[in-house]
Amino acid sequence: MKAIRATNDFVVKFANVNGSGSASANELFAKSILRMGVPVSPRNIFPSNIQGLPTWYEVRVTEQGWLGRRGGIDLMVAMNPQTWDEDIAEIESGGYLFYDSTRPLPASKFRDDIHVIGMPLTAICNRTYADARQRQLFKNIMYVGALSALLGIDAAEIEKLFAEQYKGKEKLLDSNVKALHLGRDYAKEHLPGDFGLRVQRANAVGERIFVDGNSAAALGCVYGGATVCAWYPITPSSSLAEGFQKYCMKYRVDAETGTNKFAIVQAEDEIASIGMVVGAGWNGARAFTTTSGPGISLMNEFIGLAYFAEIPVTIIDVQRGGPSTGMPTRTQQSDMTACAYASHGDTRHVLLFPEDPHECFAFSAQALDLADRLQTPIFVLTDLDIGMNQRLTAPFAWDDTRAYDRGKVMTTQELEAGKYFGRYKDVDGDGIPWRTYPATHPMRGSFFTRGTSKNPEARYSERGDDYVYNMQRLLKKFDTAKALVPQPIVHAARQKTRFGAIYYGSTSPAMDEALAALDADGLHVDALRVRAFPFPGAVAEFIAAHDSVCVVEQNRDGQLRSLVINEFGIAPARLVPVLHYDGTPITARFIAAAIGGHMRASNVVPIESKVAHS
Amino acid sequence: MTWIAKPKLHHPTLTCNAAGFTRRDYEGAVSTLCAGCGHDSISAAIIQACWELDIEPHRVAKLSGIGCSSKTPTYFLGQSHGFNTVHGRMPSVLTGANLANKELLYLGVSGDGDSASIGIGQFVHAIRRGVNMVYIVENNGVYGLTKGQFSATADLGSKSKKGVTNTDSPLDMVGLALQLGASFVARGFSGDKPQLVPLIKAAIKHKGSAFLDVISPCVAFNNHPGSTKSYDYVREHNEAANKLDFIDGRDEITVDYAEGELIDVTQHDGNVIRLRKLAASYSPHDRVAAMNYLHERSAKGEVVTGLLYVDEDSHDLHGHLNTVPTPFNRLGAKELSPGSATLEKINAALR
Repeated sequence: MKAIRATNDFVVKFANVNGSGSASANELFAKSILRMGVPVSPRNIFPSNIQGLPTWYEVRVTEQGWLGRRGGIDLMVAMNPQTWDEDIAEIESGGYLFYDSTRPLPASKFRDDIHVIGMPLTAICNRTYADARQRQLFKNIMYVGALSALLGIDAAEIEKLFAEQYKGKEKLLDSNVKALHLGRDYAKEHLPGDFGLRVQRANAVGERIFVDGNSAAALGCVYGGATVCAWYPITPSSSLAEGFQKYCMKYRVDAETGTNKFAIVQAEDEIASIGMVVGAGWNGARAFTTTSGPGISLMNEFIGLAYFAEIPVTIIDVQRGGPSTGMPTRTQQSDMTACAYASHGDTRHVLLFPEDPHECFAFSAQALDLADRLQTPIFVLTDLDIGMNQRLTAPFAWDDTRAYDRGKVMTTQELEAGKYFGRYKDVDGDGIPWRTYPATHPMRGSFFTRGTSKNPEARYSERGDDYVYNMQRLLKKFDTAKALVPQPIVHAARQKTRFGAIYYGSTSPAMDEALAALDADGLHVDALRVRAFPFPGAVAEFIAAHDSVCVVEQNRDGQLRSLVINEFGIAPARLVPVLHYDGTPITARFIAAAIGGHMRASNVVPIESKVAHS
Repeated sequence: MTWIAKPKLHHPTLTCNAAGFTRRDYEGAVSTLCAGCGHDSISAAIIQACWELDIEPHRVAKLSGIGCSSKTPTYFLGQSHGFNTVHGRMPSVLTGANLANKELLYLGVSGDGDSASIGIGQFVHAIRRGVNMVYIVENNGVYGLTKGQFSATADLGSKSKKGVTNTDSPLDMVGLALQLGASFVARGFSGDKPQLVPLIKAAIKHKGSAFLDVISPCVAFNNHPGSTKSYDYVREHNEAANKLDFIDGRDEITVDYAEGELIDVTQHDGNVIRLRKLAASYSPHDRVAAMNYLHERSAKGEVVTGLLYVDEDSHDLHGHLNTVPTPFNRLGAKELSPGSATLEKINAALR
């Protein structure tokens, strides 16, 4: 029988029951490999439930640094009888199954083309521990121990992680170390020594940090100067607001007085959340809310008000599977259309698309600047895949000389000096008017903010020319935004090609890998990563420079593609949709097959053979 | 229709208050509401109260939702920033504005459609949180701007102008506010300015959620026989629990009353609300008794007005959140960004 043999390049999947304490053990496993200097990319695949339902943790071990989901499983750690059959079916031929062999299973429950490693985990736990919860928790640590022995992970690295985690709790530390070694010793004694999958020390992690996008975005809001956060719990965004709370308690409490330089309100619903953000933004504080698709739907009326009355607002949308309640614990990029044109009437909004936690940090901070500069809602569109999974990412960076861009805010002195103030008048030619905070001057600069039409001096008006002036100015402002938002990044193929691909957000790591695979097959594709809407002209130029452009995204309807077609008036036939929307993160294999298939169907003959590469 | 400008000429003898403003400085644009609308009387009472309290007009933020009542902030305090938000959502916007700058006076103006129907949720939660504000509901039991539909405060059995009888139970905003923990609850009547002005003054000086339900008849759609929110009906059924004097902390209290007839309520800043009891047994310090009294009187068809409840030891949302004294909108990167050295440490802990 074939046996997969791989070093620092394989996929392990843990099948667990949620609420069983497996999450921290599995994270420990992933981190121990990182500490061996080998990049990993783990993903939680979890149900909308607290206890008792199936949950999975997939760890891709990749010295080459491919952080996207690969597809296929080399080693399945099957700890959940409920999902046994589908878990066994998922293993690659020649792959491995690790399972709890306490209870015998009939041969029909296994496969002939996989290698089976049984360990009586429950039996060992039951004879070692009396307490039921301990039996459960240490069973998890024990399988981590056994796997570490099989794969060649240095026990010292795991012990170091324990020491960091249980600093000051020596009793817990000792019992965890003991469970780890119980697992390791059993494996060394009873399990096959020559295991096909190996972890070998490398130096491929570098300066990168390991963090989830929600924590990163929360920290970005702290650095970016958000003082007001109003939110309503919704998966997968809740941990962002909670992260903001955690970081604020640490970094935003005034050392002298013990008072808080932040206000976090868990509102009664998403409508109140966005309302509070609108109120705070109107009054000159930096404010944000975080939500997911259903929350965006609820916020629509206020988003229109903020657009029309020109109030700075930052909304971080951690996307999940829609429509309706959809797949609340699965990932998608399906809120793009809903955000780009949110609310009734003619509206358009600025959207930012971070690709990883590093950009979640940077773009969240930048969104707060852009909201003030452009006086409009700014959306940061992340998703569950980046938001709730730890990812290896470039370290966070901050320039201490950076001041917050508060935009065009007229001061008391300027008003006193008699500077003209017309709240909705375009005096600078960029479509952005000046504003005042309430209470700036006793007799000048006050105005009435409203969602109704108005003249440039903010007075209620139903005159057609006043309305059109305002709507045209808003378009001009949107045009101004094109140069202020993060610009697209082009990855050019090694040689000139008539094929292009456009992608964004969490698709990035899978795309990078797919491009390398296509290149290895002699298929050349130029790629452009869109990082914001409105699209700068470079996006249109990129499309114009190619005969055919695949638009790769994680939704059913090709929402980015529709936006591109709509904004540039491009013939739809030139844009080929490549769509993945089953709720799992998109994979390199999927992208390479789709783009490669399209190119081959267009009669592209690879001009170089693989041999020519090496 | 705020383009209608009022003449700016002031009579030179117009007196200034301690803040240096004349009463005219507290006015806004000419009202576009119907002649005789109760809401205009409330606007006039707000103007009077702010002028008498020497409040600098630009230090007030006036916020409203949508509806006839929500239009009124345009008609008073022309030097204040105003915000006409969306229907039923004034409370959340006011909450956010309040968080951004704790130093201003927040005046929320709403109606019974805006606050009791579409906005009941936001009304409830803003009161629960103890947002430091004056929340005035101009209550006429009817949707005026859409021409005469019942609102959620219309009494059971009351008749619309078109002759339809209301079969839904009414919401009692005052009862709700009491139950939700509002630390200042009062009811007034737009037709009784001597009662209303001191109520507004006391609400302004209160720290915490001050809720003021003002019965304000709609002359166009709800002032007919069969309505329980008409001028005639409210005048006949008005049962004032107390009479109120608002006494500035600086003024000497000179008038003498018989013992037991008066209750002094001292506010945070030393101001005193002096209540002259009209209902002998009524105490505005007892939330449960207030609720009982309201229910009893309401069962008899009476509309209880006056200061119904006040908590002298009230708190507000900023206190609950323990925020810094400096308004958030004055904090910059120096105060808010933890800096690159801290970020390096955060990075190190994530490796």
